[in-house]
Amino acid sequence: MAMHSPPPDGIDRRPPGGVAIAITAEGLAKSFGTASAVVGIDLKVHPGELLALLGPSGSGKTTFLRLVAGLETPTAGRILFDNEDATRLTVGERRVGFVFQHYALFRHLNVAENIAYGLRARPRRLRPPDAEIRRRVADLLDLVQLSGLGKRYPTQLSGGQRQRVALARALAVEPRVLLLDEPFGALDAKVRRDLRRWLREVHDRTGHTTLFVTHDQEEALELADRVAIFNRGRIEQVGSADEILDRPATPFVASFVGEAVCLSVEGTGDTIRIGSHEVPSQGQKIVGPAELYVRPRDLVLADGAAGGIAARVVAVRRTGPARRAELTFADALPPVEIELPLGHPVAKGNVVPVRFTTLRVFPSGQDGGVT
Amino acid sequence: MSVAVARGWTPTLRKPSALPGFGLTFGFAVTYLSLIVLIPLAVLVWRASGIGLEGIWHVATTPRVLAALQVSFFTSAAAALINAVFGVIVAWVLVRYDFPGKRLIDAAVDLPFALPTAVAGIALAALYATNGWIGSLFAPWGIKIAFTPYGILIALVFIGLPFVVRTVQPVLEDFDREVEEASATLGATRAQTIFRVILPALSPAILTGVAMAFARAVGEYGSVIFIAGNMPFVSEIAPLLIVTRLEEFDYSGAAAIATIMLAISFVALLVINGVQAYSRRRFGDA
Repeated sequence: MAMHSPPPDGIDRRPPGGVAIAITAEGLAKSFGTASAVVGIDLKVHPGELLALLGPSGSGKTTFLRLVAGLETPTAGRILFDNEDATRLTVGERRVGFVFQHYALFRHLNVAENIAYGLRARPRRLRPPDAEIRRRVADLLDLVQLSGLGKRYPTQLSGGQRQRVALARALAVEPRVLLLDEPFGALDAKVRRDLRRWLREVHDRTGHTTLFVTHDQEEALELADRVAIFNRGRIEQVGSADEILDRPATPFVASFVGEAVCLSVEGTGDTIRIGSHEVPSQGQKIVGPAELYVRPRDLVLADGAAGGIAARVVAVRRTGPARRAELTFADALPPVEIELPLGHPVAKGNVVPVRFTTLRVFPSGQDGGVT
Repeated sequence: MSVAVARGWTPTLRKPSALPGFGLTFGFAVTYLSLIVLIPLAVLVWRASGIGLEGIWHVATTPRVLAALQVSFFTSAAAALINAVFGVIVAWVLVRYDFPGKRLIDAAVDLPFALPTAVAGIALAALYATNGWIGSLFAPWGIKIAFTPYGILIALVFIGLPFVVRTVQPVLEDFDREVEEASATLGATRAQTIFRVILPALSPAILTGVAMAFARAVGEYGSVIFIAGNMPFVSEIAPLLIVTRLEEFDYSGAAAIATIMLAISFVALLVINGVQAYSRRRFGDA
């Protein structure tokens, strides 16, 4: 992912120096008054990586991003850009490209002027000549697929176009890292999907180390190289989409990602007791009360096969291409979902045998569980 | 509506709209504006026209009237510009910072609206006279404030301040902090952010405030006459000259000066409105 093949148009937009930098957070903390927004975060972002910060609102992900940008000062901890301590650098000195959820474009400037703003704001001796600025603005307009709209004003653009202008503006100053705060949060679903794919392409072409905040799981898991799951000011897990989905490190991750239903169960060492049923614990030695997180794909119908446990069908629904049934194992437990083969003759009220393909179980009382 | 549509487009004064009420509100607005503004002004022009265009021109070009008009419009413009600068700073402080007594200062901004202007004039005259608290500080350098055009300026700054503060304040409150942060992340200094991002965004509001402060200053009478000294050719304002003419029973002379003031003010406000409309268009009107 940190491969830097020259972009097809031959224009090299990589940051000066050519190599994307690593970002390291060491014990980073921030509190506002008595409220802690971020409680000691250690994170290493690889050079050229596209990392998503995912979590519920109020989990500290935006605060963390703003700390990296220098828009907030940490109460404790350090931020390193490669090996350079950036903690005490001002926003301007850090040379980050920041994209805001609501674009934050300069409304009195047209698109081209918006993009050129950072270059024009440089002190005279560092400012490129006018012709060079114009050339770079034209290149960036190409990159964000807005050629010919340079003379428009931001209010004359759609939301998706505005966000692309915001990205071009951030890229114009040759940032060392790119930080995006819910960049697609204000856009509708179709535009989001298009921009998501497009952002991935831009990232692969420019090679910036990129952090982006989102509360949309699908977006994070599809777009990012790795995902950091935030909860209550901490990072619960950092990993690829596969790791996060298949091997959640904490109960919070298990419940937050995917559509998991949480069942209170009992561990007996070799088995897990669900209501009056027992299933093999698949190698997990848990004794005492525990929580089982069940996603629709963790269960299969065990027609005819041995080892199935009986579940009662509460409802059958059609969701998009799949058919799903809601099942209960015991009256006291909330219903779980299972995906059904399309032609399967299951109806409400039936009792069917099911089998667990995956058993995600955590002992009760672990910190970070669902609240 | 459907009948009109069926017959095709009929030329009317308004664009068709789904929301009713145009006839009623437009009629009310025109009637009201006529009674309160247009008819009195028409009477004024009519009175002035008694002496004919030539007569008005003759009145306008007498040296004393010219001097008074000059004093009035120059001090008003200067006061409006001073208020533009300091009004924005006051609005900035009130919006951006929290400090003890903020509510009190916020309320104090409106005092020039509420205070009888004569009271303000007398208070300012007492303060800025050569033996007053502030005037005595300047007296050793030979600077006289009260009873000179500077005195007029101070009175006009006083009465105009709330206009700028009150028009800029809400716009500044709504100003998106992220836009400032965006400017900072792009490497702009604080000064660049203020002059290239914040002030342009505030400019329509500042212009409105300046226009209102200017208009108010041109018509101000009560506070100025106490501090101005009212010396013809030096510190005599046009409104005072009008009153003087009235006291001499020279009604058409008074009306002529008033008509000239009206014309100049109207043109000035038209220009300011034009600039405002231009900046709003560039701004995308939102």
